[in-house]
Amino acid sequence: MAEFKHKDIIALRDLNKEEIELLLSTAESMREINSREIKKVPTLRGRTIINLFYEASTRTRTSFEIAGKRLSADTVNITTASSSATKGETLADTALNLLAMKPDIIVMRHAVSGSHYFLSEKLPSCSIINAGDGAHEHPSQGLLDMLTMKDKFGRLDGLKVAIVGDITHSRVARSNIQGLTKMGSAVFLAGPPTMMPPGVERLGNVTVCDSMKEAIQDADVVMMLRIQQERQGKTLMPNTREYSRYFGLNPENVKLAKPDAMVMHPGPINRGVEMSSCVVDGDQSWILKQVENGVAVRMAMLYHVCGGELE
Amino acid sequence: MSGEQTVIMDNSGIKRAVTRISHEILERNKGLTDVVLIGIRSGGAYLAEEIGRVTEVIEGVKAPVGAVDITLYRDDVSGHLPHQAVGKTDIPFSLEGKRVVLVDDVLFTGRTIRAAMDALMDHGRPQCIQLAVLIDRGHRELPIRADFVGRNVPTSLKENVAVLFDDKNQPIEVVLEK
Repeated sequence: MAEFKHKDIIALRDLNKEEIELLLSTAESMREINSREIKKVPTLRGRTIINLFYEASTRTRTSFEIAGKRLSADTVNITTASSSATKGETLADTALNLLAMKPDIIVMRHAVSGSHYFLSEKLPSCSIINAGDGAHEHPSQGLLDMLTMKDKFGRLDGLKVAIVGDITHSRVARSNIQGLTKMGSAVFLAGPPTMMPPGVERLGNVTVCDSMKEAIQDADVVMMLRIQQERQGKTLMPNTREYSRYFGLNPENVKLAKPDAMVMHPGPINRGVEMSSCVVDGDQSWILKQVENGVAVRMAMLYHVCGGELE
Repeated sequence: MSGEQTVIMDNSGIKRAVTRISHEILERNKGLTDVVLIGIRSGGAYLAEEIGRVTEVIEGVKAPVGAVDITLYRDDVSGHLPHQAVGKTDIPFSLEGKRVVLVDDVLFTGRTIRAAMDALMDHGRPQCIQLAVLIDRGHRELPIRADFVGRNVPTSLKENVAVLFDDKNQPIEVVLEK
């Protein structure tokens, strides 16, 4: 069995196939804890986890907090609205001040891509977990998406996964592409040309499709992305109605995928824009299962970064 | 652990020990009413299945069999070594008020048993916990003793005792490695 020797989990790009498999297998075992009456194990007793969120989040922050608590760690949440960042403190200064409180893990979400690498260099004694950095990666989401696919198909190898939407601004898409291609899945991307990063095919077994139809044809998984209106300028698409017509998932075009295909979405959903409500709530939707798996995956991440790096 | 290996219990020896332990469990608990068998992963879980089969043959009823993985309850989860993969705990029934027979292959320091008992308590409040082991090799570091023992094997701390299983999880033999 592979060993996990990283101090941080910042990007799935930094992990190899064996390490991803180890995280997924640990997450599968963690699920047992979430299903019983006493949802707690003593593993990370005495460890301190700081959840440092510079961007809005419901699912990810709650999920990391619950994950830490179920492993018996002490968790503290800091959101920018209530932190000194609003008074002009820099990330480096905030980090050094937090370090004085001796945390074992900092889980951070930040709008700047790569800010976690900067933080990790500043804080060599503390593990850093990326809960989303700009348009770079969102590794816990990538892992929980892969775990959910594995639940249904029992494998990732050989799956056709379509990812549709604003690829350029999507860290979810990047983490999924990094993870899925390592695990042997084929990724097909579709979205408005203004939202498709040039050269994305170079990331591995990735195909950029001209239309949504081409991407979801015979797909095992259809993953819809949120239109990130807060990140894009106003010029990327004429309006949401037109977007919905060309790149929205509805009861008609979902039939192009395999009959047992799973429909996923990282949330939060803009109902009626990228997905129609009847697909969100339909039989093929695995969206709530994704959220459920999120806690187990984050427990696995916290557990493995807390281990040492030595032989 | 390299070096020479000595077989200290062969296959038929294991079978006889498991049969005797099964009889003792039935005698102590006056049958299988409220008895559940929980094996510690991985060797103990295989032996618990085996004891489940033997007691079923004798009594005509099947005791529920579960498995516990103790990785998350270990007292040596430190920051110095990479954390081990976590196995699956599989106890698909309540332990509330049950007579739990905890099964392991080799009893050594007692720390594994301590961890397993903590894990079981998080699944409910059993009426009692009894301990069955195939080999007791001594060197306890905690106040723990077994209720049912296949064989006591005096060992030195430099030696290692391993119960070997085949790919169908059937016990093959017990070896002492020097």
